[in-house]
Amino acid sequence: MSGPLEDRLREAFPDARELAVVDRTGGGDHFHVTVVSGRFNGLSLVDQHRLVYDALAGPLADGTIHELRITTRGD
Amino acid sequence: MSELRERIKETIEREPVVAFIKGTHEQVYCGNSDRALQALRGVGASFATVDVLPDPAIRQELSALSNWPTIPQVFVGGELIGGADIVQELAATGDLEAKLDDKLGESWRAPGEERTIAVGDRANPFGLVS
Repeated sequence: MSGPLEDRLREAFPDARELAVVDRTGGGDHFHVTVVSGRFNGLSLVDQHRLVYDALAGPLADGTIHELRITTRGD
Repeated sequence: MSELRERIKETIEREPVVAFIKGTHEQVYCGNSDRALQALRGVGASFATVDVLPDPAIRQELSALSNWPTIPQVFVGGELIGGADIVQELAATGDLEAKLDDKLGESWRAPGEERTIAVGDRANPFGLVS
């Protein structure tokens, strides 16, 4: 179930050194995504998470994602 | 700017620490909102909460204002510091206290005061619920 989210994140963060999508409950709607990318360098955590939200705006808006946990780090 | 958005903005600017959550500080209806409050409690910060559940417009206007799509949202000194994940991460690294010191000086250390305020009630502009 995490395939489409991972595709969107790979598109947004093609340089990501680490990228993981975990379906936390097995229900396909509670996810924890981890992204380590140079795009985050120099950004506040708030702005880092905003980039992830932007990448996943579609599934966030259409209800595919009910809950999203985010872990980000610069590279 | 809508009147509601104006009131939300005013609340964010007025309250030293304010968390927009699902529920109240006494009755939280969301695990993420609870994680954010626990992080604030962990450093002994006083804070206000605003319940977004009574009116969907609160959440819409808040997100339009903050450019942040999810709840909870924690503001310190008028600035969005994050949702549950960031606030928890900041608490774990000690950066939450540093951020509170940086934004508010020592005043936030007056411990343990928690209250829930409203943004949607025009008859009660100070919105004190409890």
